[in-house]
Amino acid sequence: MIPSRHMAKHSQTEAIQQAIEVQELAPPASGLPSALRRWRRWRQRAVIPYLFLLPFLLLFSFFILVPLLYALWTSFFVERLIGGTTFVGLQNYQEVLHDGNFWEGVRNVLLLLFTQVPLMLGLALVLALLLDSQIVRLKTIFRLGYFLPYAIPSVIGALLWGYLYSAHIGPFAQLAELLHWPPPPFLTAAGLLPSIANILTWQWTGYNMVILYAALQAIPPELYDAARVDGASGWEIAQRIKIPLIAPAIVLTVVFSIIGTLQLFNEPQIMTAIVPNLIQDHYTPNLYAYNLAFTNQQYNYAAAVSFGLGAVVFVFSYVFMLVTYRRGQR
Amino acid sequence: MNRGLLFCRARGMAKAGLLLLLALSIGSYLVACGGTPASSGPVTLTFWSWVPNLQQAIDLFEKSHPNIKIKWQNVGSGGTEYTKLTTALKAGSGAPDVVQIEYAYLPQYILSGKLVDLSQYGANDVKDQFVPWTWAQVTSGGKVYAIPQDTGPMGLLYREDIFKQYNLPVPTTWDQYAQEAIQLHKANPKIYITDFSASDGPWFFSLLWQAGSQPFVVNGTTLKIHLDDTAALKVANYWGNLVKSGAVSTTADWNNDWYAALQNGTLATWITAAWAPSDLEGFAPKSAGLWRVAPLPQWTAGEQASANWGGSTDAVTTQCQHPAEAAEFVKWLNTNPEAVKILTQKLYLFPSQKSALQDPSFDTANSFYGGQQVNRIFVESAQEVNTSFQWSPFQDYVFSQLQNQLAAAVNGKISFEQAMHNTQNAVVAYARSQGFTVIS
Repeated sequence: MIPSRHMAKHSQTEAIQQAIEVQELAPPASGLPSALRRWRRWRQRAVIPYLFLLPFLLLFSFFILVPLLYALWTSFFVERLIGGTTFVGLQNYQEVLHDGNFWEGVRNVLLLLFTQVPLMLGLALVLALLLDSQIVRLKTIFRLGYFLPYAIPSVIGALLWGYLYSAHIGPFAQLAELLHWPPPPFLTAAGLLPSIANILTWQWTGYNMVILYAALQAIPPELYDAARVDGASGWEIAQRIKIPLIAPAIVLTVVFSIIGTLQLFNEPQIMTAIVPNLIQDHYTPNLYAYNLAFTNQQYNYAAAVSFGLGAVVFVFSYVFMLVTYRRGQR
Repeated sequence: MNRGLLFCRARGMAKAGLLLLLALSIGSYLVACGGTPASSGPVTLTFWSWVPNLQQAIDLFEKSHPNIKIKWQNVGSGGTEYTKLTTALKAGSGAPDVVQIEYAYLPQYILSGKLVDLSQYGANDVKDQFVPWTWAQVTSGGKVYAIPQDTGPMGLLYREDIFKQYNLPVPTTWDQYAQEAIQLHKANPKIYITDFSASDGPWFFSLLWQAGSQPFVVNGTTLKIHLDDTAALKVANYWGNLVKSGAVSTTADWNNDWYAALQNGTLATWITAAWAPSDLEGFAPKSAGLWRVAPLPQWTAGEQASANWGGSTDAVTTQCQHPAEAAEFVKWLNTNPEAVKILTQKLYLFPSQKSALQDPSFDTANSFYGGQQVNRIFVESAQEVNTSFQWSPFQDYVFSQLQNQLAAAVNGKISFEQAMHNTQNAVVAYARSQGFTVIS
């Protein structure tokens, strides 16, 4: 008996629904058969949301999807100067796996990722907490000041630092000469990566600080009042309330930094002109892909290298998200 | 408005955009679409060239050719331009109608079929006006792909005051040059005789050229590749030893540090080409009067071997919709007596035209060089350039590999000899993978 009751109940609700729909939506004087009317209504309901989505979908597919698929498609071919284009399947990817140049570039950006990123984000967090605290005056000026390097195009920034680092005409070198010291080793084999890390820190600390500061502003001040009533010091409030509550924003800045660092391109590309002996065509994976495509005309292989880099970025972002998610669960 | 053209433009831009995104990188080099409306009225040709102040020659051309307008754009010199040109040619639109290309890079554009054969537009009529080796480099299989514009026979610019102060004679052989390099640096550790720039592949190739190396023999799609032949290893070891001894600097050339070094007397010579004397006046003005010119040092005393570094041609791309007018322009620019006079005497290009080399007004004294007749040395050098030297049809790749390897050698990771072997292996592998037949 139970199934039939259930069915009866089901058909009942359906009938009520239909009645409501007919009352609300169907034009009362319509002479059309109800089946056709229903179909039209269904079609309208199915299509209209997509019409609203259309501008986004068009832009998304034209600027993201199509180029990505085109690059993926390209990476399955080899174009030779003599003999034209042939399909080679995954051969390009196999080469990337065994390409010492690619992995050397990956090693460089990973070094930056594990040294520069923690330093920069730590600094950004400290600055954001200071700006959020009671002890700093002229907050707007400081906030703007720290953010300013981000407003300078990274190409200009790299040129600027290239001059500051110069071992002959740079101000640090000239100061060293006045004091009869050797010129500072900014642009040497050992000093180059720290020098680039310094540019990145200068450029991006303010940006990350603003994200963290905005998250701090969103914390309800009642929590601080309550903590103070309980006798918490400023440091304890920061440690126990502020940092845990802006954890999602911190995760966001870390993910952005992982992606940005692994895709590093502008700074080494600009500094190639100053120290071409030190920055070779495969200093970072992105620089390698660029030079493969536009100097060596190996467009197909460049596409494969790009996807190889994409895989590395994916792995590191995913692992980081997984680790933080697991921790959050505990 | 021409609808067909509009379509071509949109499609070309989209394609160029895709290619750029392919590298997933930031550098956006979208270039304006070349080409011109097919409507009546004057024809407009876009022209990429990095020769400064070229407008005076163009004005003269437009005056005598009212139906052709030239839109001159400087999109960067050398490699910067080639990157944009290669991308635009690959994308199918956005390339200029007329473009400046150095001799070393011509074969790769000829091979890709993106240059117009100018012999259909009477280019062979002006053949006899040019120095023979330049004409040999712009022709291939009976077709003419460019008109020679200027050349760069080599010589040695040196600081007479420094050589005098340290009692050193001007070196005539490379052995003597190396000895004096060490003596000079010992006498004053701040001064280097010169700078070995690992990042200047074309410069290193000119050193190979002078030493009699024959890195490439090209016969259609069959290549002989010998980047590590005896002469090449001789040159590599010579510079390897000098770099190791610390007697030469290893700063990269063409940047502010290097300009400063040439101006303030920390570099005593510059092994360079005929277009350099006027460049040097531009970036080392404070050293006026201190420089002189001598012939290139020799590997064997008493010989007179020279080489060419740089120098350019003007070519017409297949994206040009008015090739006849474009051909007329490149011929005029490089053969019209008044135009050649502007190029060689106002813009200081070193001529590829026989008449200009013999012109007495070209042989003038130059006060920046203490009143020396600078061009005379280079005119002599031009006669001694080995004319059978050939470039590969993928010279961009060769330079980038060579520069990678030389940089590793300068940083002490590998020997200079090893750098040449590595370059050889990389280039042979690349040539094979590109479908060429490589024979020994």
